[in-house]
Amino acid sequence: MTDRIPGFSTLAVHAGAQPDPTTGARATPIYQTTSYVFESVDHAASLFGLQTFGNIYTRIGNPTTAVLEERVAALEGGTAGLATASGHAAQILVFHCLLQPGDEFVASKKLYGGSINQFTHAFKNFGWNVVWADPDDISSFERAISPKTKAIFTESIANPGGVITDMAAVAQIAKRAGVPYIVDNTLATPYLCKPIDQGADIVVHSLTKFLGGHGNSIGGAIVDAGTFNWSRDRRYPMLCEPRPEYHGIVLHETFGNFAFAIACRVLALRDIGAALSPFNAYLILTGIETLPLRMRKHCDNTLAVAQWIVAHPKVAWVSYPGLPADRFHALAKKYCPNGAGAVFTFGLKGGYDAGVKLVSNVKLFSHLANIGDTRSLIIHPASTTHRQLTDAQKTEAGAGVDVVRLSIGIEDVEDIIADLDQGLAD
Amino acid sequence: MNHDSYSDSYIRGILNTVKTIAMVGASERANRPSYFAFKYLLERGYTMIPVNPLRTGEQILGRRIYVRLGDVPDPIDMVDIFRSSRHALPIVQEALALNPRPQVIWMQLGVRNDEAAALAEAGGVKVVMNRCPKIEYGRLSSEIAWMGVNTRTISAKKAIASGGIQRLSLNRASVSGGTTEAADAAERSERGGRRIIQARNL
Repeated sequence: MTDRIPGFSTLAVHAGAQPDPTTGARATPIYQTTSYVFESVDHAASLFGLQTFGNIYTRIGNPTTAVLEERVAALEGGTAGLATASGHAAQILVFHCLLQPGDEFVASKKLYGGSINQFTHAFKNFGWNVVWADPDDISSFERAISPKTKAIFTESIANPGGVITDMAAVAQIAKRAGVPYIVDNTLATPYLCKPIDQGADIVVHSLTKFLGGHGNSIGGAIVDAGTFNWSRDRRYPMLCEPRPEYHGIVLHETFGNFAFAIACRVLALRDIGAALSPFNAYLILTGIETLPLRMRKHCDNTLAVAQWIVAHPKVAWVSYPGLPADRFHALAKKYCPNGAGAVFTFGLKGGYDAGVKLVSNVKLFSHLANIGDTRSLIIHPASTTHRQLTDAQKTEAGAGVDVVRLSIGIEDVEDIIADLDQGLAD
Repeated sequence: MNHDSYSDSYIRGILNTVKTIAMVGASERANRPSYFAFKYLLERGYTMIPVNPLRTGEQILGRRIYVRLGDVPDPIDMVDIFRSSRHALPIVQEALALNPRPQVIWMQLGVRNDEAAALAEAGGVKVVMNRCPKIEYGRLSSEIAWMGVNTRTISAKKAIASGGIQRLSLNRASVSGGTTEAADAAERSERGGRRIIQARNL
C-alpha cells in the first residue's frame, strides 16, 4: 500500500516540525544554544565520527535550524537540506564541495549582481574560474563546457530582469557533460517552480527573500536533489574519496543520495563556519508557513501592477514574464504556471534622471536593496545592487542605467498603483 | 510485493518486531558504512551479530564474528545483507535453510536481487531491498532530521524520547510527508544502467 502524499501547503506548515519531545511545545522552539551535552565519551565519539545522528555544536547543526532544513528540502522535493548564514554562504559552501583550484564552472550571465560579484572576484582567490554563458542562447552553455568544468549554475527566474531560464534544456547539457546542475530558486520559490523536477541536482536559496518573506532575517539554504552520481567518474573528491577529516570515510558510499548535503555540512559548513543563527531560522520558518498564501497575493498584485505600468505613457518597456507579450512568457507558462514571481524591471523614457526621480517620489514603496518582502520595494540597480559591475555587465544582467526594479508586496494593489502613479506624475 | 517503494508502516513494523539482526558483510573497519550501521543499530538496542566470510578479526564492538549464517548459535530474526547484489541469492538460500527461519531478509542500500527476493517471499519471509535500516530507523524516529534530511514524514504528535540524550523512539505517530521522486527516478535509472552494463559483459 502506498502512503498518501500531502500537498504543498501542508508541507509548508508541517514538514520538519513536530511537538517538542520533552515539553510538547507545538511551535518550533528556538534552541538558542551553542552546544549539546554528550551522554558519554562513546556517544561523543559516535557523533564526531558521523556514526550517529545528532547535534554537537550549533555551527554544524541546531534543532531549530534542522526543522528549517527539512522543510525547505521537502518543499523542493530534495533528499536533504542545509541552512546557511546567507544565500551567498550557500553558494560558497556548494562550490567548496565541488571545485578544486583551477577548476571551472559555467554560469548564466543573467544573475543577481551579488552572485556575479562573488563568482567574478571572491572565487578568483580560491582558483575557481567562472565561464559565462547566455540563457538567451542555450547552446552557449554547451560551448562553455571544458574538461575542467565541474558544474553549471543558473537562476530559475533571474534577478532583476525577469529572465526565465530554460532549465530542462540546461539540465540536458549538464547531464551530457556529467556535471551537476545548480539552480538558484530564490525568486520563484518552490511554490512557483521546482527546479529538481526540471533536472536540477542542487538547489540554492537566499531565504532572506520570499521564503522568509518579511524582510527581517538574512539566511540561505542548499537542497540536495539526491540525483547526481558522485562516484561515476571520481571527479568530486569531497564526495567519492576517503576523507582524512573523518578517518577515511567516503561520504557518497556512507550517505548515499543525501551525501552532498552532508558534505556541505560536515566538510564545508564545519570548516568555513557560515552558520545560520537559530533565531533567524525560527523567523524564516514562521515565514514559510504562509508562503503559498503570500506568493499567490504577490503574483496577483505584480501582474496587475505590470499591466498598469506597461500602459503608462512615461514607461519605455516592461520586463515581466507574466505579461503575454513578454519574450519569456512561454517559458514562464512552462516553468512557473502559477505566476511569474513578484520582481520585475521597467525602463523609463526619461532615462537615469527619471528613475532617480521616481525612487525619490514614492511614499509607499521602500527604497532599499532587497526583494521578497511583504512590503513593496523599489531600487535603481545601476546605482546600487549592480553598481560594481561594468556598464556592459550591467546591461548583460538586465540592469542598465535606465532600469528600475520593483518587488511588489502584499499590500492592497490599488494603493501600490496609486503610489507609482503619484511618483511618476510631473 | 512492490519493491520500488515501501509504506512507512511496513518498514516500521519490521524494525519494531525484529530483535536479533545478523549483518552479513559487517566490516571491522570503523570507517566502513557497514560498521556505521552495525554500531547504530547496536546502540538502538538490537542484538547485532556480525557475519563475514572474509573476517580477519574475532569481534566487532564486542560481538563475535561468524563466518557463515549457519554458524550462528542463536535464532536470527532478520538477515541484513551488506554484500553486492550478485551475492544476495546464496545468502538468502543459506538464510532460508536456518531453523528457525528468519522473519525478514533486508538488503542494504544499493543491493537489489529480485530472484533472491522472490525465493524468500515464497518461503514466507518478508523482504526489504535497497534500503538501510539505520537510515530507516533515523527517518521514522526523525533522528535523521537533525542532519537536515527529508524524513518524508510529518506529524502533529509529540516525538517520543527513548532515554539518554538525542534518542527518539521508532514508535512515533507519523504520516507521509514530502517525496524525493527525482532521487528515486535517478536511482532507478542508475540501476537500469548497471543492468545493461552487466548484460554486455556477459
